[in-house]
Amino acid sequence: MQSFASEFNQAITLIFLGDSELWAIVLLSLQVSIFAVLISALIGMPVGAALAVARFPGRRVLIVLMNALMGFPPVVVGLLVYLTLSRSGPLGVLELLYTPTAMIIAQVVLVTPIVAALTRQVVEMLAEEYSEQLRSLGVSRLASVPVLLWDARIALVTALLAGFGRAIAEVGAVIIVGGNINHVTRVMTTTIALETSKGNLALALALGAILIGIAVAVNAMVSALSLRAEEEGLRHA
Amino acid sequence: MRDLISEMAGCLSVDELQITRKGQALLNVPHLSLDGPGPTLILGPNGAGKSLLLRCLHGLIVPERGQVRQDGALLNADHKARQGMVFQQPVLLRRSVAANLDFVLKRQGLTRTGRKSRIEELLAEGGLEGKARQSARSLSGGEAQRLAILRALALNPETLFLDEPTSALDPSATQMIERMVQRASARGVRIVMVTHDIGQARRLATDVVMMQGGHVVEHGVAQQVLDTPKSLASRRYLAGGLVT
Repeated sequence: MQSFASEFNQAITLIFLGDSELWAIVLLSLQVSIFAVLISALIGMPVGAALAVARFPGRRVLIVLMNALMGFPPVVVGLLVYLTLSRSGPLGVLELLYTPTAMIIAQVVLVTPIVAALTRQVVEMLAEEYSEQLRSLGVSRLASVPVLLWDARIALVTALLAGFGRAIAEVGAVIIVGGNINHVTRVMTTTIALETSKGNLALALALGAILIGIAVAVNAMVSALSLRAEEEGLRHA
Repeated sequence: MRDLISEMAGCLSVDELQITRKGQALLNVPHLSLDGPGPTLILGPNGAGKSLLLRCLHGLIVPERGQVRQDGALLNADHKARQGMVFQQPVLLRRSVAANLDFVLKRQGLTRTGRKSRIEELLAEGGLEGKARQSARSLSGGEAQRLAILRALALNPETLFLDEPTSALDPSATQMIERMVQRASARGVRIVMVTHDIGQARRLATDVVMMQGGHVVEHGVAQQVLDTPKSLASRRYLAGGLVT
């Protein structure tokens, strides 16, 4: 018990004295996850919006597939990205394995279905509400996409935050493709796993506390934005 | 005679219009010609096909059979661009009041200065001065419907369709909407409006279309239809009887 208290005190000290190693790990984690979420937004939002607005054969199958991909096991994603980026893989020539870029790619694969599926859901609901009005105003189906994306912006930020939550807390895929190399690909989750196995609980606890802090902040933002979106909907109802 | 009427300028007409669902005719109008100066009010009980007819006239619904014509020609994109529609529940963009109007004006290619002055004009027209920056979703029911009408008027429509725009409003809000409709009509906008309110039809209409069960049961000069209805369905509806 005394040992735990001592580790906890050390963890607090690491956080508040600005331990350079700890904050470098936090910074890399944030950089990787933020980049991954931005790329996922660029891919997932138009795909989700297109699935919401367009009508074509096989659309339902694509939606089911996209929803299924939301629950794709991260270690399997890690394995697939590893095989793709490994020296004998199709993208091996790029030599991206064990780099932050490889971790971003893995997170993009994990987060894009979440962003696309949530975007599809939000935009489809809004499209249903706006459909006749936009047609009456002479807005074509294609031209309605940016209108819908803009008007669903609060809900879409919520989708991005949900994606960020998934990315920042991810461990299985990034440890496979990143390799957990010190000062290169070591992020919060992989460091926690490593340091716990080594018995260095102070650093693991400090990173855990920061990770929880980020998760709480993201969830608070999601709740606040969801509440705002709900209020907007209720006002309209 | 029908063809002659259909070819008159500003005339809106339907021929052999039919919409069915699960084998049941929801709308069956052999012929209807709205060629008067308007406002035309479409009256009838729930399920009479009033809103469906309005959507067909505006091209939002393509009927299984029959044609909708404007100025003698089949309804096309050019005609639709010269029409506006206001729905029973106003559908406002999740933006400010001014941005809702700006959305339409921008699509018309107006300059920033032109849009700004037109927005001010429109807000004054709808009594929404001082609410330009307010979220459109925070407006009251009456204000929201006025904004929806202003947005439709921003299109400079030749014809404005209104689908029960005052059904959920109190008398004061209804009066403001009716004044807007009258002013638009006086400026030459052809008004076609659906209502349940017989009093409203008396106040606004120059001609009245009575509908029941997907059929037009009577169409004529407002005073004649409202005071001396010819059809039994119209008489029962206007007498306040239960019509199904």
